[in-house]
Amino acid sequence: MTAAIATSALRKVYPAPPNGRRPPGRPASGDGGVVALEALDLEVGEGEFFGLLGPNGAGKSTTLGILTTRIRPTAGTALVAGEDVVRHAPRVRQRIGVVPQRPNPDRGLDVLENLVFHAAYFGVPRAEAEQRASRLLEMLSLTEKRGSKVDELSGGQQQRLMIARALIHEPDVIFLDEPTVGLDPQARLALWDILRELHDAGRTIVMTTHYMEEADQLCERVAIVDRGKLLALDTPARLKERAPGGTLVILTLDGDATDAAQRARRVAGVERVESEATTMRAFASRGGELIPALIRASEEAGRTVTDITLREPSLETLFISLTGRRLV
Amino acid sequence: MSRTHAAFPVPATRPRVRRSRVFLALLQRDLRVARKELPFFLIRTTLQPLMFIVVFGFLLPRMGFMRGEYTSALLPGILAVSLTFASIQSVALPLVQDFGFTREIEDRLLAPVPTRLVAAEKIVAGVIQGMVSAIFVMPVARLIMGPIPGLTLSHLPLVVLIVILGATAFSALGLLLGTAISPQQIGLMFSIIVAPMIFFGCAYYPWTGLAAVPIMKYAVLVNPLTYVAEGMRGALTPSIPHMPVAAAAGALLVLSGVFWALGIRSFERRAIG
Repeated sequence: MTAAIATSALRKVYPAPPNGRRPPGRPASGDGGVVALEALDLEVGEGEFFGLLGPNGAGKSTTLGILTTRIRPTAGTALVAGEDVVRHAPRVRQRIGVVPQRPNPDRGLDVLENLVFHAAYFGVPRAEAEQRASRLLEMLSLTEKRGSKVDELSGGQQQRLMIARALIHEPDVIFLDEPTVGLDPQARLALWDILRELHDAGRTIVMTTHYMEEADQLCERVAIVDRGKLLALDTPARLKERAPGGTLVILTLDGDATDAAQRARRVAGVERVESEATTMRAFASRGGELIPALIRASEEAGRTVTDITLREPSLETLFISLTGRRLV
Repeated sequence: MSRTHAAFPVPATRPRVRRSRVFLALLQRDLRVARKELPFFLIRTTLQPLMFIVVFGFLLPRMGFMRGEYTSALLPGILAVSLTFASIQSVALPLVQDFGFTREIEDRLLAPVPTRLVAAEKIVAGVIQGMVSAIFVMPVARLIMGPIPGLTLSHLPLVVLIVILGATAFSALGLLLGTAISPQQIGLMFSIIVAPMIFFGCAYYPWTGLAAVPIMKYAVLVNPLTYVAEGMRGALTPSIPHMPVAAAAGALLVLSGVFWALGIRSFERRAIG
């Protein structure tokens, strides 16, 4: 497997915001800057479908911004398609297609022009560009909109236009930044189909998401990132195996959960218990059966259980066990 | 949606794209968008100078408040205002949307060329739009003001030189202001930077006339418009006393270079996080 992407000790520190407030979840650097990315080492194989999973502010978009030459790293190196993203940015750009987090079509141009001009920026001759554009519009069900202003498109249609734009110059590596945020479930599934096709056609795909399900369904390997650090990196199946104790039981109490958590740790079959404010999380191999015992433990601590949630082993339970926080 | 793998082919070879070709594509995009907006663009950039002509080049001379040769000093100045105002606007204003909430310009920043080439293209597009504006104003102004004493087109190459230098300096300044100033303050920029520039740029009066107020004569030298207006006078109505054309052209060359360098640097800063 040759590497489509390789990063080494990639670091990004943004200058301190003028109001002195840091965005939540981002540690400060020594000089007061905001560390978005700590020291990321990552390798993505050619033709791989790779996911970057993490909550908002984890450093996913910064990573994507660096790999797509739109953000300059503070330190470290990143190679995309064998080229350095800082020293040979134009060469990298020629090999990549980017689908942004928010659709940003060129509003001065209509739908077809958006595609034809984008192709022209990559040196594709006009006739060829129009052919490709027609084909992409057809495949992405946008043919009727070819002469429309982009403002007349729905959110899902704009997102599909962004995908067409990212493909028109036939890139080797496609980057998608939270591509399904804001899409209705139907549009989301349609997008998944398109991404699978792109992957089947041999493209390398790198996608950020904060939806566990999406990463699980689509990606061959997933990197879990939080606060600018890589926490885990593996196939979704193996990552799920690493989730402690299989099932996760989350109890919400009517007061502080520390004492109840102490008692819950003594319940047979419970592998790990964490508490945070009024929330208690218990990882156990036999999730459901332990619920009465966990409720009893809480009541012994003088608390009433107000809510119980049960989660099957998933990337989400792993994420919670790694970070102590929910993803969304 | 069909499920064929050939639907999204990956090319086997990838020829290097020529920069000049990408540059032309970027320029075509800007001119395409500009052409769609041409009527609005002309109204926005030429209405104010034309109204000025009606009052100062037509009404006041008729009433006898102005001497006839005032129009000879006014015409080159009005052309200078149209040229520079259109140049600065056509570069600075679209940048607000380009670098706005969704960063629409990103599809151009992803073009496989150095970012500074995308910035340079903006300046060139601004020069062209400035020239369109000036070319539109010229005959209309002549029509309103009637025959203009001393107007000559015999120094056409000189006119072209001053027009290109002036438009370049102001397009590059537009790039600098459009990328350095926050979108919310662009309107303010026009009120506190561009408007005073127009009034104190020797567009509506010849620079030599400021000998009456010596402090003003030197103060206006910091204003780039002074050199465009005076250069135009030297080229179009040389019989009106004016600054030496070589001095005006030299100053514009220096200003173009400085604004070009600063504008492109500011654009790159804004484009790459």
